[in-house]
Amino acid sequence: MGGIHPKGHKLSANHSIQEVTLPPRVMIPLGHYLGAPSMAVVSAGDVVKVGQLIGQANGHISANVHASVSGVVAKIDGHVDASGYKVPSVFIDVQGDEWLETIDKTPEIKRECTLDAKMIVKKISESGIVGLGGATFPTHVKLTPPPGKKAEVLIINGVECEPYLTCDHRLMMEKGEEILVGVSILMKAIGVHEAIIGIENNKKDAIAHLHKLAIGFDGISVMALQVQYPQGGEKQLIDATIGRQVPSGGLPLDVGAVVQNVATAFAIYEAVQKNKPLFERIITITGKSMAHHGNYRARIGIPLAHVVEQVGGVPGDTGKIVAGGPMMGRALSNLDVAVAKGTSGVLFIPAFESARKNMQNCIRCTKCVVACPMGLEPYLLMTQSERSMWTEMESDRILDCIECGCCSYSCPSNRPLLDYIRFGKTNVSKIVRARLVRKN
Amino acid sequence: MAKLIISPAPHVHSGDTISSKMIGVFIALVPAYLVGLYFFGLGALIISVTAVLSCIVFEYLIQRFMIRGALTITDGSAALTGLLLSFNLPTNLPVWIVIIGSLVAIGIAKMSFGGLGNNPFNPALVGRVFLLISFPAQMTVWPKPIPFNTSYLDAVTAATPLAILKGQFSEIPSTLDMFLGNMGGSMGEVSTLALLIGFVYLLMKKIITWHIPVSILATVFVFTAILHYANPEAYIATPVFHLLTGGLMLGAIFMATDYVTSPMNPRGMLIYGVGIGIITVIIRVFGAYPEGVSFAILIMNAFTPLINKYVKPKRFGEAKRG
Repeated sequence: MGGIHPKGHKLSANHSIQEVTLPPRVMIPLGHYLGAPSMAVVSAGDVVKVGQLIGQANGHISANVHASVSGVVAKIDGHVDASGYKVPSVFIDVQGDEWLETIDKTPEIKRECTLDAKMIVKKISESGIVGLGGATFPTHVKLTPPPGKKAEVLIINGVECEPYLTCDHRLMMEKGEEILVGVSILMKAIGVHEAIIGIENNKKDAIAHLHKLAIGFDGISVMALQVQYPQGGEKQLIDATIGRQVPSGGLPLDVGAVVQNVATAFAIYEAVQKNKPLFERIITITGKSMAHHGNYRARIGIPLAHVVEQVGGVPGDTGKIVAGGPMMGRALSNLDVAVAKGTSGVLFIPAFESARKNMQNCIRCTKCVVACPMGLEPYLLMTQSERSMWTEMESDRILDCIECGCCSYSCPSNRPLLDYIRFGKTNVSKIVRARLVRKN
Repeated sequence: MAKLIISPAPHVHSGDTISSKMIGVFIALVPAYLVGLYFFGLGALIISVTAVLSCIVFEYLIQRFMIRGALTITDGSAALTGLLLSFNLPTNLPVWIVIIGSLVAIGIAKMSFGGLGNNPFNPALVGRVFLLISFPAQMTVWPKPIPFNTSYLDAVTAATPLAILKGQFSEIPSTLDMFLGNMGGSMGEVSTLALLIGFVYLLMKKIITWHIPVSILATVFVFTAILHYANPEAYIATPVFHLLTGGLMLGAIFMATDYVTSPMNPRGMLIYGVGIGIITVIIRVFGAYPEGVSFAILIMNAFTPLINKYVKPKRFGEAKRG
């Protein structure tokens, strides 16, 4: 239901993944995922190697952080991330590129996994793996079902429905077998015998490639999906692949599903089979006015400016720089922001497309209602938000909103629907949390 | 590098605008307008141009001198109201009555509520119904359809099929003539064929969905079929006759589907459409007026806020569980 069909602009789809050189200094964020930031376990002056633990998970929803470069810790300080807030970060002055000896750097693909489910989850947790689709939810938490819930099927997200982004596409093309090994490890970890890799039809080569490879793996199938945004949303993907809808306020496990991104599956392969913690990821650098586009393997903590320089610098007509895709990414004020675990790309939007147009009256055309993939009424939620009608907003299911932006995208009056809905959602969440605290 | 713009997501837009929607409706109205010009000639030209111009002028004057707010006449909605108003008028109506209708449509029905998007009732229909009540004599004589007609106020008049049904003595046109539009009636309502072509265009361009028009037409068809086949002597008109005559097609496709005054989700639209269908048949069959589409739409317009409050769209997770 719902959804939109924005132009794909997958300009970098045929550019194979390239390595980003190392900058003189990296700033590795300790808290770039949901939940608590991790605690630094190194201090200024320490010498670290690539893959060494520098941040210890702190609490249940938190993940380890590892050094992505070798060198000397310069300081531990706040650094502004893509959200515009300062997060505690470890600054490391790069010296050489010395990896921990325990990491297997050989290119051979290791298919056999001897670890049992418990050990796999432990390994994933130690390696600091988070959901690489963008939400950066710690993966080990998702793989530990609450008592009474049982996973039936693993769904792998290869949808990449955001326009422009191609990092997952390239990864599927170049690391297909590794991804499939990662998927079978995940299946073992949650005890399911079926895994479905969902890929949109605009990536026919990836569908064919993984389909061919999947023949060699038990229980893994590839499903071609029609192109529609936001099909990469967890709930939308479950509906598209197995036809089950997660109830309001529920979790994927309520319908027996666990969803992981293809990039996460690849990171799990590397962690479990190659003993390599998560300290690098693939990012897409693209934009209509870019002379060159590309997909790059970048270490976490590298300033975006350094990556962009390698692609030829910021295009002259740039009016907006977005970390992530155009639908859900965040606009940046500068490129000092470091590559984080959730950074899927950098998009340069030309000035003429950057500014929002003037808002006009709502003409009640129903475009936002039709576009909403959650079956909400964005026009109504916006009005309620403007008037602080939190109780009404809650009963109109504001908390179901996944913030995909389909409403604002489709509004002919250019109304900032999602801005107001986010504002309302924040307030309603506060009220709901306060109520829960009182109850307990 | 120019100054960077910082704003929350999404950072792209569909490019859709209010004007593009209005232009879409104008294009969809072209076939019916051409048929109107063909059968009613000069009169059709005069009243349509008068209505469009006076609606634009009234909106401009009100915004410029009374509200002193932003001008919105370029979005095309005022012109559309004018054109739709003229579609609902007989083509031998004097210019000054058309201007009064435009003033009521724009001034009272639209601008006094806050302009586009805020009006509870369809402005063109408020204009038409105001004229119908104020000038019943002029509003209920229709010129006879004559190809390339050059008469205006002096046009030879003809009764509409629905009026014939209510007792005016004349011969009912053939079904084919009624389908093509060769019958007495308001400028834009006569040709079912032309209106259906517009409907297909609106659906193709996704400007409207099928829900409202289909539910209205289906309801009228079923309701009149029950009456007709239960007692053919008392209820002479067949369901097909009801579909092809009066303002039903124009109302169902272009008037009831007005964004501002119709419900916001498919379930609500179906309820609204069925309501319009039932009220139309009740007025046509049991009421004093020969035609009831305008009243039916305005009555259901009044229910739209209530429908929006209690009829919610299908929520995600509601249909399929576990």
